[in-house]
Amino acid sequence: MNIYVLVKRTFDTEEKLVVSGGQIQEDGAEFIINPYDEYAIEEAITVRDAHGGEVTVVTIGDEEAEKQLRTALAMGADKAVLINTEDDVEEMDQFTAAYILAEYLKDKEADLILAGNVAIDGGSGQVGPRVADLLDINYVTTITSLEIEGETVKIVRDIEGDAEELETSLPLLVTAQQGLNEPRYPSLPGIMKAKKKPLEELELDDLDIEEDDVEAKTETIEVYLPPKKQAGRILEGEIPSQVSELVSLLRSEAKVI
Amino acid sequence: MSKKVLVLGETREGALRNVSFEAIAAAKKISGGGEVVAVLLGEAVSEFGNELVAYGADRVITVEHPHLKSYTSDGYGQAFMAVVDQEQPEAIVFGHTAVGKDLSPKIASKLKTGLISDVTDIEGEGDDAVFIRPIYSGKAFEKVKLKEDGVVFITVRPNNIAPLEREERSGDVSSLSVDITNLRTIIKNVVRKSAEGVDLSEAKVIIAGGRGVKSKEGFEPLQELADLLGGAVGASRGACDADYCDYSLQIGQTGKVVTPDLYIAAGISGAIQHMAGMSNSKVIVAINKDPEANIFKVADYGIVGDLFDVIPLLTEEFKKVM
Ligand SMILES: Cc1cc2nc3c(=O)[nH]c(=O)nc-3n(C[C@H](O)[C@H](O)[C@H](O)COP(=O)(O)OP(=O)(O)OC[C@H]3O[C@@H](n4cnc5c(N)ncnc54)[C@H](O)[C@@H]3O)c2cc1C
Repeated sequence: MNIYVLVKRTFDTEEKLVVSGGQIQEDGAEFIINPYDEYAIEEAITVRDAHGGEVTVVTIGDEEAEKQLRTALAMGADKAVLINTEDDVEEMDQFTAAYILAEYLKDKEADLILAGNVAIDGGSGQVGPRVADLLDINYVTTITSLEIEGETVKIVRDIEGDAEELETSLPLLVTAQQGLNEPRYPSLPGIMKAKKKPLEELELDDLDIEEDDVEAKTETIEVYLPPKKQAGRILEGEIPSQVSELVSLLRSEAKVI
Repeated sequence: MSKKVLVLGETREGALRNVSFEAIAAAKKISGGGEVVAVLLGEAVSEFGNELVAYGADRVITVEHPHLKSYTSDGYGQAFMAVVDQEQPEAIVFGHTAVGKDLSPKIASKLKTGLISDVTDIEGEGDDAVFIRPIYSGKAFEKVKLKEDGVVFITVRPNNIAPLEREERSGDVSSLSVDITNLRTIIKNVVRKSAEGVDLSEAKVIIAGGRGVKSKEGFEPLQELADLLGGAVGASRGACDADYCDYSLQIGQTGKVVTPDLYIAAGISGAIQHMAGMSNSKVIVAINKDPEANIFKVADYGIVGDLFDVIPLLTEEFKKVM
């Protein structure tokens, strides 16, 4: 089976965020594989181990993203592809990313493409379905279970907390939701092997993409931190009196009840 | 320039979802005086048309087909694109719901346009409209707009944009017949896990429990308080992982994103992934034994104490005054 995983290097949102000049400061911040993409990588490896084939992880980014690709290889992916847009693309949106990925994937005859359901930085959740649409293959989002039996693919997906059971077939793109699996940690031998696994680097030229084709459709005008909330009020005194104070505050000050 | 805006209306358990009314209000702003056309897709949905008009839609188009009984991106995609072809809208608004999230990227891709998802606020009107959305797990916000001419396409986060006042009005409800074929996904079954009653993502009051609730039974006092206040019970992943409650109650990055008027967090430490789902709530109350707990940083009011003392007392106190 020919399996591809779309991964994104993201800012670890557990880190402190600093905004200056209307932009998030990334210097010195911790970067990780988007956690939902880790579920996708894990599932890809599991499917390959059960059905045979090869797992290729693909990312768009700059050289820094090599680190996340090596981690995916250390987990067990077979090959990695870095589409380096550093010199060609200044501003990227979901349209741009999906276009580039689809151009890369269009002649790969992928049976199964996996992605995270959302990236924790931009939080748009668009790239997976957009890629599927461009490739004209079916997609299923926020999956929590995947079973492939011959031609049939049985999936459970999370729809606002309810579980939807469905059937479809390959080729297919799915996006991973938490609950799909427990991503493995790269083992030491895994890390050693990863160093020797192929990591291909491509630029837009290699994919015959013109810069104009991938110009972002949307524009971020400003990035800002939410207005600092006034420090909350920690109530004091005996618990019963705190409780009655809280009730009266909720009714008269906050006016939410 | 005024715009014609299409809005996807959604139903759940035989009623329109609030987010559809909110989407109409967003569409009004974007339209800058243009026309707002609501779209309903399903097996039998025309009965809901007038209600969308009452909330501000100028017109409603329904597409009814047995293949639209359950949502599939193929079925809804074909139906919605048929409406787009007929109406040639300049803007589109969906709710940022399971359906909206799944369908909007496909439609945006077909229209070769940008999609601004999970919008919580709109500044300006008509051509000047700029969209505000949370990023980095809700730690920051960005203001986004469409770069060039093209269809303006947004999804709106439930409970953030106020719906318009309901008014008896008249507007045309017409049907469009669409041939829906070749569905690549077959829905076999939906296992209902979410609780009956108030929909968590639209609830005005949420009482959420974390690992501090300690057991299934521990959620009972929370439920009692939620019932009294006409709200819903939610949970942290910690509580779901420990099997104190079902994952359908999970609030946060992976679970539901909620923006109630009142969010009471009991026995929840306040991890960033949890906050991503609730930090926009209008008023947050934290109840935690640990005065250092992170949740107090976002709370408007905090009580340092045992939730099993505080919650039942709260219920008693509310009973007195309501
Ligand atoms: C990719 C990813 C996605 C995630 N998505 C989510 C998500 O969507 N939602 C989510 O919630 N988490 C999510 N998490 C998990 C998150 O990081 C935390 O682990 C989780 O939120 C912790 O749950 P908790 O606050 O209930 O538990 P804990 O952190 O264990 O906190 C329990 C709290 O209860 C307090 N307490 C204990 N007993 C009492 C008592 N009797 N009275 C009062 N207080 C008491 C304690 O002081 C403590 O603060 C995600 C993690 C990852 C990696």
